Amino acid sequence: MASTIFRSFQSHPFVLQPTTLLRRKNVLLYCTVRSAQTQAATQEKVKPRQVRVSNVTQNKTLENVLKDYEAVIGIETHVQLSTVTKAFCSCPYNYASQPNTSICPICMGLPGALPILNFKVIESAVKVGLALNCKLALNSKFDRKQYFYADLPKGYQISQFDVPIATGGYIDLDIPVEFGGGHRKFGITRVHMEEDAGKLMHSDDGSRSQVDLNRAGVPLLEIVSEPDMRNGTEAAEYAAEIQRVVRYLGVSNGNMQEGSLRCDVNVSVRPIGQLHFGTKVEIKNMNSFSNVTRAIDYEISRQVLLHSQGQEKEIVQETRLWEEGAQKTFTMRKKEGLSDYRYFPEPDLPGVFLTKDYVDSIQDSLPELPEMKRRRYEKMGLSMQDVLFLANDMNVADFFDTTITKGADAKLAANWIMSDIAAYMKNEELTIPEVKLSPQELAELIAYIKDGTISGKIGKQILFELLAKGGTVKGLIEEKDLVQIVDPIEIEKMVEKVLSENPKQLDQYRSGKTKLQGYFAGQIMKLSKGKANPGILNKILLEKLNAQS
Amino acid sequence: MLSTLQPPRSLSHFRRRTSLKPFSSLSSQPVTHSTLTDQSQSTSQSQILSTRDSLLSRQISAAELAESFLSRLRRTEPHLRSFLHVSDSAVLAQARDLDDKLRRNEELGPLAGVLVAVKDNICTADMPSTAGSRVLEGYTPPYDATAVRKIKELGGIVVGKTNMDEFGMGSTTEGSAFQVTANPWDTTRVPGGSSGGSAAAVSARQSMVSLGSDTGGSVRQPASFCGVVGLKPTYGRVSRFGLMAYASSLDVIGCFGTSVADAGILLHAISGHDRLDATSSKREIPDLASQFGSISLLDSKPLKGLKVGLIRETLNDGVDIGVSSAIRTAALHLEELGCSIGDVSLPSFSLGLPAYYVIASSESSSNLSRYDGLRYGNQVATDELNSQYMDSRAKGFGSEVKRRILTGTYALSAGYYDAYYKRAQQVRTIIRKSFKEALGEYDILISPAAPSAAYKIGEKKDDPLAMYVGDIMTVNVNLAGLPALVLPCGFAEGGSAGLPVGLQMVGAAFSEEKLLRVGHIFEQTLQNCRFVPPLIADEDIPC
Repeated sequence: MASTIFRSFQSHPFVLQPTTLLRRKNVLLYCTVRSAQTQAATQEKVKPRQVRVSNVTQNKTLENVLKDYEAVIGIETHVQLSTVTKAFCSCPYNYASQPNTSICPICMGLPGALPILNFKVIESAVKVGLALNCKLALNSKFDRKQYFYADLPKGYQISQFDVPIATGGYIDLDIPVEFGGGHRKFGITRVHMEEDAGKLMHSDDGSRSQVDLNRAGVPLLEIVSEPDMRNGTEAAEYAAEIQRVVRYLGVSNGNMQEGSLRCDVNVSVRPIGQLHFGTKVEIKNMNSFSNVTRAIDYEISRQVLLHSQGQEKEIVQETRLWEEGAQKTFTMRKKEGLSDYRYFPEPDLPGVFLTKDYVDSIQDSLPELPEMKRRRYEKMGLSMQDVLFLANDMNVADFFDTTITKGADAKLAANWIMSDIAAYMKNEELTIPEVKLSPQELAELIAYIKDGTISGKIGKQILFELLAKGGTVKGLIEEKDLVQIVDPIEIEKMVEKVLSENPKQLDQYRSGKTKLQGYFAGQIMKLSKGKANPGILNKILLEKLNAQS
Repeated sequence: MLSTLQPPRSLSHFRRRTSLKPFSSLSSQPVTHSTLTDQSQSTSQSQILSTRDSLLSRQISAAELAESFLSRLRRTEPHLRSFLHVSDSAVLAQARDLDDKLRRNEELGPLAGVLVAVKDNICTADMPSTAGSRVLEGYTPPYDATAVRKIKELGGIVVGKTNMDEFGMGSTTEGSAFQVTANPWDTTRVPGGSSGGSAAAVSARQSMVSLGSDTGGSVRQPASFCGVVGLKPTYGRVSRFGLMAYASSLDVIGCFGTSVADAGILLHAISGHDRLDATSSKREIPDLASQFGSISLLDSKPLKGLKVGLIRETLNDGVDIGVSSAIRTAALHLEELGCSIGDVSLPSFSLGLPAYYVIASSESSSNLSRYDGLRYGNQVATDELNSQYMDSRAKGFGSEVKRRILTGTYALSAGYYDAYYKRAQQVRTIIRKSFKEALGEYDILISPAAPSAAYKIGEKKDDPLAMYVGDIMTVNVNLAGLPALVLPCGFAEGGSAGLPVGLQMVGAAFSEEKLLRVGHIFEQTLQNCRFVPPLIADEDIPC
């Protein structure tokens, strides 16, 4: 346990009214301390993607050594559920609200207070269990996990021990093409429900710590994987897929920066061919998927290096923290034997009994999950890159699905979404539900281009108009008179007009300077305000140019 | 016609209020006590019902009534020390409010003017609540326990907070961090525990009724020691919200009164499902409050057909002669009322004590983890977190609490869990089953409430095992989660006026109604017994 110094804890009972609380207390105790972690996430992009193990070791030699070893990786993911109220009381939880403003006797662990289960927690757990192809325990229960820490008001965490709500599942995912591609299936050991602890905020000089109990009692699902992953990319993709699943299910926002999705990773290495696992090391404090990749790859290198130097005894069971700045893992605490949490059944809560009907009704209400979407998109003939892009974000997938149900061609819709729409969203820092364009209009746009009503060029123009201002394709075409001119007679008139107005160029053309066709086409297009169908235009133009020769 | 009992040693004069009028306010069913007044002087009558009657008939004002109790409290408290906190002025203010309401002819709650003492481990928003522990010295909760809230909503007035063994861990109230309470029957003796303050307060008529809590007998044993009625409801009947947890799977809030009727009416007031306690039962509450009318004098066998089982194991060696003879006499009395008495054996009975101490200690080791000095309660300030935990808890908890935390921590540790906690749970299942079987055959089971009458202060203080053994009669009932009623049934030798002995009646889960009916009839037909302690024997007191 960290030997933090706690000079400033107050001995008075908390007063429940938050305003009173703030007024009565030493203001310093409750001031918000901005966590340095939130800044780190934005810095990561500029960091070089390089593992520095030691100054003397060259990466080349390391790469050679790495080939002889295999890493074994398992992940414990904590998913914070976005229920309206906490797991065992009726306090709401909002990230980043003023410290100790969303607390009550129950989540503060006052004497005499009892937990009451929020049934939305069960519902979320069942959804996630089913989505991860787990077997659900129809009779499960809560247990108390006991340890002392300043962020744990009751001195125990309500959790699940020997009968988790879901066990024995798996998750399917596709590795992005740029990381080598390929389908993977990773085992899920268990999913269980528990409550979060509060937050400790440490002063800069480390002399004092302050407790914020807003987060205490917020429901979590702990998802434990089998040790099936072999490198940082697989681990990060596993975590990303968990994030997609919980977002698709609507049970969590899965936000890593806010700590709504937290990964604790166990890494060990062994020489290839060895059957038993090496000593595992736990890594914490990674607040983005790229940090997960980098932390694991660093840790693998560190362990392999120790192995290759005959120093594998230096690999001990411990918890290491990933330091963003240093791009290294550092020892947080060594584990001396197993901690004894003295689990026993929570006597304040009745058992959790699920009926088969209930489970079936949840199963029936599940949305199409990322894996199902990806397989469906794949069958539509989309490339894996398209498939992953579309299915990665549930809102994008919904947008795409709605667009094609309105009759748009899948490939065309995907192209529009992945190119111009994605670029616009990126520039404007918007998400797809925030843009003014509706899937209906995108489908219309694609249809108008396909049937020749407008040209692709005009289409692009209209798209940006729709993205920024909304409206309908039809309305914009009418308003701006953008209908493509396909009538050969009308185009012929324009061709004739341009030819007659440019006799000099016509002569030059006819005397062999055929490159001037482009000049005439441009003039005619200009005259049509860009609306002339280029195919017809060129056909007629060519006919006219060559007619008298 | 009725059984003969040992003559009461306390034969103080007793002036009955003669002007009682029949009243019919508590329930739709008119309840009259007029028939009782015709009976022997020994019968106990409901203070709650007579309070209501006197207030409605303007015989006495609520303020006068409250003042009479408070003045007795002030007189007796130096001898008893049953209260850790008394709210004199608030009590009088509430009583005067009530009188104003009466003057305006406003509707009165069923507990209007009833003075209730509350055990100190039950949270009260306007009074300190320490559970008798130094670790919570000066702590006032921000909310009322559900039971307290209900009492207040029905018009009851909380007099103060009563002394107890720290966190309910003890059988004498000597385990309080603050003071030792004396038994009103003999102030050199203990009142029992852990709800000793609540029992003594009702016995000495410092309050009309009181709330206690019962984890292994903490309501029933002090009721027996102090000669009052103690009711331990079925687990789940009363919300535990606001009861500072000792052993969550065993704890219940219970009631003390000077009559079965009062205990029943108080239970009715606090019963029912509470959304703040997931273990509280959704079962409907029968009308527990309206069955305390007159016993038909036409029927000489009012309990005809009732099958009563006397638990054989509770009258074995180790039970004082005075106690066992009082219980056998009580059995005879029940027989004369028409019951058929059988001898029932619960072979697992003796296993209850070790199983109880393992389970209760295990749960308490967890429940008491929250008293770390960080958020509330006493804190010993140090520079380092772990030493702050250690120092705050070392100074805050008494030796019995520490003993149980250590026992429970040990029993839950990896490698010992199966041998202790799991085994104790298996024993609990066996005990529950054996009670179920016995209660399939008998309507109620009877036993003593404790193996002895009240013993001397200090007698068992340094011998925890001897004190634990005293819980043998009661712990099984908690393990099985059943309701039990203890009512004074006779006397054993001791003190200046003899020492009361309590009879325990155990019923099937949620059968409080039956227990109260049997208890009421037993009590009203018990002759020549008056359970008023010598300390207040000379006063004009409500019975």
